[in-house]
Amino acid sequence: MKKIAFFKRPGTWVLLALTLGIFLLTQSFGVALVFFLTFGAPLYFMEDLPAYATTMDKIGKYIFLLICALIFLFLITPILIIIPLSFNAEPYFTFTEGMLSLDPSAYSLRWYADIFRFGMLEPDGVTNWWSDMWDNATWVRAARNSFFIAILSTIIATFFGTLAALGLSRPEMPYRAAITSLLISPMIVPLVITATGMFFFYSQKDLFPFFPDGLAKTYFGIILAHATLGIPFVIITVTATLSGFDRSLIRASQGLGASGTTTFFKVIMPLILPGMISGALFAFITSMDEVVAVIFLADVDQRTIPRQMFSGIREQISPTILAVATILVVISVGLLSMLEILRRRSERLRGLAPQ
Amino acid sequence: MSDSTSPILTADGTPLKAKLAQTTRRLRIKALLLTLPLVIFIIITFVLPIGQMLYRSVHNPTGIMVTPNFAEAIQEWDGEGLPDDRFVEIFVKDLALAKKNREIGKTVGNLATRVNYEIPGSRSLITSTARKAKNIKEGPYLDALIKINKKWENPAMWLTLQRASKEYTASFYLAALDRKYDDKGDIVMADELYQIYIPILMKTLWLSAVITLLCFILAYPVSYLLSTLPMKTSNLLMILVLLPFWTSLLVRTTAWIAMLQTEGIVNDFMVFLGVIGDDGRIQMIYNMTGTIIAMVHILLPFMILPLYSVMKTIPPSYMRAAKSMGASTTYAFTKVYFPQTIPGIAAGTLLVFILAIGYYITPALVGGNDGLLISNLIAGHIKSTLNWSLGAALGTILLAVVLVFYWVYNKLVGVDNLKFG
Repeated sequence: MKKIAFFKRPGTWVLLALTLGIFLLTQSFGVALVFFLTFGAPLYFMEDLPAYATTMDKIGKYIFLLICALIFLFLITPILIIIPLSFNAEPYFTFTEGMLSLDPSAYSLRWYADIFRFGMLEPDGVTNWWSDMWDNATWVRAARNSFFIAILSTIIATFFGTLAALGLSRPEMPYRAAITSLLISPMIVPLVITATGMFFFYSQKDLFPFFPDGLAKTYFGIILAHATLGIPFVIITVTATLSGFDRSLIRASQGLGASGTTTFFKVIMPLILPGMISGALFAFITSMDEVVAVIFLADVDQRTIPRQMFSGIREQISPTILAVATILVVISVGLLSMLEILRRRSERLRGLAPQ
Repeated sequence: MSDSTSPILTADGTPLKAKLAQTTRRLRIKALLLTLPLVIFIIITFVLPIGQMLYRSVHNPTGIMVTPNFAEAIQEWDGEGLPDDRFVEIFVKDLALAKKNREIGKTVGNLATRVNYEIPGSRSLITSTARKAKNIKEGPYLDALIKINKKWENPAMWLTLQRASKEYTASFYLAALDRKYDDKGDIVMADELYQIYIPILMKTLWLSAVITLLCFILAYPVSYLLSTLPMKTSNLLMILVLLPFWTSLLVRTTAWIAMLQTEGIVNDFMVFLGVIGDDGRIQMIYNMTGTIIAMVHILLPFMILPLYSVMKTIPPSYMRAAKSMGASTTYAFTKVYFPQTIPGIAAGTLLVFILAIGYYITPALVGGNDGLLISNLIAGHIKSTLNWSLGAALGTILLAVVLVFYWVYNKLVGVDNLKFG
């Protein structure tokens, strides 16, 4: 199974010739590039066929890889496509002629400016622009709500979730299966049902201390709802980290005279921290992305980014939504990288790292 | 120095067995105490609200609230023919009183709405009768009512009022299952025109099955590829799966609108390639097709991840061994490889199916009219038509379906095996 360099294979040259032909035929750089990547990627991964493979095997393998490439294309295209579209100078959801011929004047940042300007009292005012933007711009207010709710619900979910996961992963835990399925169920029960129940329950007056009018239409109500929805993710990730946890470390620590608190903070905590952080990230992203509970429970003042997007898509669809979506994609790329780093760190700490 | 008859003692003189039991109990309680705060939290924020929903789907307070004396009295009526005048007298007096008091939640309008759920078009009957009720001074009361409106001659009207006066009812479940009471009080199917919920529930199950199947077909080759590539390459390709997984649901739905609308990228591209003419653009969004495409995209990672984690554990040497012993690729695959991936398939399909049944956001945004699912109907009853009890009954039915599949998932896969990323 010797690896043949990509450009030394005959298939590559056929592909290049075809790509050139398509480029000449369609006069479109984009189409040629998509063609080259889609049909070239499977070719690139063809390397590991054994020497005894027949031509049919090779063709079969190529078709298999091509199908995989198309599925990956299906997965990633919608997410990548909105990024250039958000720089559209026109209020359309599609590529204009100018965009396709890479005309700079067909691109603009107007929808990004619109994120800040939409809803402002005086978008072109000079005085108090910043405070006007901070207080009145619709998307800025939605972002503030989203972050406020997400951070607080993440803290609640991570605290309770980690504590419970510590209990659940103890070998002597009774009723483990029943309690785990109860605690995971907010993830399984359809959001509409959860939100309906919460809407009924939280709307009751004179039931909750400090909230005589009920918890619906309050920040606290939404935070509780989002914490509930984030908890399963924390439990799953932290229990997964603890499953590889060597319990003799605890005995070793105790044997050397450490108290329970010291053992927790010096031995257990550093080992489960990556799991805790990735659980917290999951809870955070769940809250940032959650819209059903917000639709049922929130007032206009408590609109979050997804809630604003939801009504934006339903009412006045504009490329501003694409600009917001692009920012959210960038944020998720950031979170994903963070998670990957944490995962590797956790594997290294637990001695599971490959090679 | 223990002989065989006396129990082994620990240092402080208690028998070892008792000491062990005591220690185990302490450890068990300790473990339970760690989970206790979260269990209480979940009970308050999740279990009680759902319990409230269940309660609301059978709770039927309107009759008792609006016409309390009548509600108590009418239970004695045997339901044959028209009720005695003594019942009607109490009804007329209660109605006049409710009309006069106008207390929130106890108005004639509340009762009219409640009765209207069962006999469409009877809303105005009740409200107009209530307006004239105070003028009815003496009996026979029933004749006076019939004078106001002929519909009071209908025994079904009185049977409905009797049902509306009970504290608990199955009426909302009947409505949710497209059934109703006929004029004699027996349960029959609703008129064909009013049968909406069972067809929608069936459509939801069927669409979820289609989506699950499509996810499986798309996920299987990709998971196989990811599990056979070297770690470094597969981690890189995994990003293509995880990035959609981590991207906001609304972002992905928006993206599909941009892709699939008639002036969208897919149509533009097909026109550009000459597959379709500029006037033959295909409607792919705001209908069932749009819902299926967008939901398959959103749920695909939930199928790929469990499949991948199972396939990764299957040694490639098994397939090589089968082939070296003369099996064809197809035979080796169906007899050796595929059976080993069944746990992953079970985990993935059940998870995707469970998530698909309850989907709300994507169908609401790209479903148009024929892509709506049961969740959208529930939300409609809670948010717009305000028939909360029917919404709760539909929600309970959906919950029951989901819980059955969750139970199967628990039996087959086990919640402990859920993993992300």
